[in-house]
Amino acid sequence: MKLMGIGAAIIGGCFMIHVPAWAESPSQAAMLSNTCAGCHGTNGSSAGPSMPTIAGMPEVYLLETMKKFKSGERPSSIMGRLAKAYSDEEIKIMVDFFAKHPFGREKQEVDAAKVSIGKQIHEQRCKKCHMDNGRDSEDSGILAGQWKEYLQISMREFRSGKRPMPEKMKEKVEGEGKLTPEEVEAVIHFYASQQ
Amino acid sequence: MNRRDFIQMAGVAAGLSMAPFSVIARAGEVLPKKGRRVVVVGGGYGGTIVSKYIRMSDPSIEVVMIERNKTFVSCPFSNLVIGGSRDLKDNMITYEKLAAKHGIQVVYDEVTGIDVAAKQVRVGAGTISYDRLVLSPGIDFRFDELEGYDPLETPKYMPHAWKAGEQTLRLRKQLVEMADGGTVVLSVPVTPFRCPPGPYERISQIAWYLKSHKPKSKLIVLDANPDIISKGPLFRKAWEKHYQGIIEFHAGNKVAKVDHKAMTVDTGVEEVKGAVINVVPPQKAGAVAYMAGVVGEDKKWCPVNQVTFESTLVPNVHVIGDACSAGAMPKSGYAANSQAKVCALNVVQLMNGKEPIPPSHVNVCYSYVTDKEAISVSAVYKVAEGKTIAVPNSGGVSPDLSELEGVYAHSWIKNILHEMSS
Repeated sequence: MKLMGIGAAIIGGCFMIHVPAWAESPSQAAMLSNTCAGCHGTNGSSAGPSMPTIAGMPEVYLLETMKKFKSGERPSSIMGRLAKAYSDEEIKIMVDFFAKHPFGREKQEVDAAKVSIGKQIHEQRCKKCHMDNGRDSEDSGILAGQWKEYLQISMREFRSGKRPMPEKMKEKVEGEGKLTPEEVEAVIHFYASQQ
Repeated sequence: MNRRDFIQMAGVAAGLSMAPFSVIARAGEVLPKKGRRVVVVGGGYGGTIVSKYIRMSDPSIEVVMIERNKTFVSCPFSNLVIGGSRDLKDNMITYEKLAAKHGIQVVYDEVTGIDVAAKQVRVGAGTISYDRLVLSPGIDFRFDELEGYDPLETPKYMPHAWKAGEQTLRLRKQLVEMADGGTVVLSVPVTPFRCPPGPYERISQIAWYLKSHKPKSKLIVLDANPDIISKGPLFRKAWEKHYQGIIEFHAGNKVAKVDHKAMTVDTGVEEVKGAVINVVPPQKAGAVAYMAGVVGEDKKWCPVNQVTFESTLVPNVHVIGDACSAGAMPKSGYAANSQAKVCALNVVQLMNGKEPIPPSHVNVCYSYVTDKEAISVSAVYKVAEGKTIAVPNSGGVSPDLSELEGVYAHSWIKNILHEMSS
């Protein structure tokens, strides 16, 4: 029972931060958002490699993403069908909920040689928007520590034209010195290696 | 059983039947209450999550989770074990991490009685008191509706495998040991039952195995329902694409009688013999629900307030998951997970004297039609005028069968089991 006491104390400690947030309208945020965790992990940090972690993402990015799922601009299996069920106001509430939670990173298997090539490409082409090794961004997805399999699926969708690339990204990926599939894979390994 | 009998029994168990009442009550308590407490019965898709989210929402509330098994075996993804493309071990979780991380007190014991007046749950080791009780007992079977079905003997020969575990492995073994050319028979009960697309996924998985290993065999399906009850067009498409000549599907054929010695099932019109027979029996709420008196007039399922999941029959007792009736929501693992979160938040609200929050649920169900290709159905649910409804103009089924759906399904099971065990 000693262990239990310690566990409870720690939990009590970290949830103190959230207690005021659970009291009123933010409790509606938990109600709307908790159920997403069945696929995206508790508080938005995923344990399944093809489902992205959505915690800690920039609000602008999450809002845009849900809008694109809703309109069908971004291809999806499940998300398009689900996004249509929520009002813009509800989406905003859920976006705020996930944006304020920390992005949880799990250790992934990566190839060191690919990581090293990927780092160079990141430095040359990606870091302006995907700042701090993909850890920070104003309006695009957080890539550092994102699941490799999810990033691979995303890049396949982008490159096949199924998912429209943002202009700046298109220039860097498809423009002068167009990235080869191997180079894209290397960049993915680099971001997946970030802890 | 009335309260006095119950207390007496608890007292006898503690060897104190002659002692004054208050002493008996205390002596029988397994874990004396320190403050406000919720007791959760069941450590499956619903029970683990309601325990965790109550602790996450208000750590001042004690949570005791009672579960008879130290290992939980997931029903979702167990059809892949029957088909042969998954190890049952990958469907298992234990509770140590969940308990330690969230301060949940897990009691491994069998519930033998519930005294709703005294607010006590009786287990083998004594009694456990609660302020609110959440039942997530899953299903039991209406064996009495199948003539000739012996609840102990029949599953040894005709495993239902509708609770994952030993019977899942037995059904798998029977398929592997069957001679090429043998007939497999599978029967589907009348809806509602646990996992509406489950029987059709199982049909697909058995057919996938037969196609690859026993090509001369066939699978006869006797479905008590007028048609496939979930993802019908997609399952039919998959069967046409992959299993022509293997699956023989008969809708509107309800099995009424079984004979495990002769290895036959009988619809009243026709007797069908099989080398392997998988009778999925009709279902009802788990036994614990009957102990608490929360089963409704249909004598099968538990009516609940759709906002709080509190029983409409017994105050302070909540029922979630397969055992409850939640309007348009199916009896699925994801639905139980979602209901557990809604229930957790609103139990906390009620215990803090606050208004319940309007519910928001999601359900996503993937079904594998081969070892890799899958299909899905998804929806968002809200409560309108006291009823749980799917939000109009959203949700629905996947446009087609695809391997990408299968890839997502794999991550789904990883995430949801991870959520339940940590």
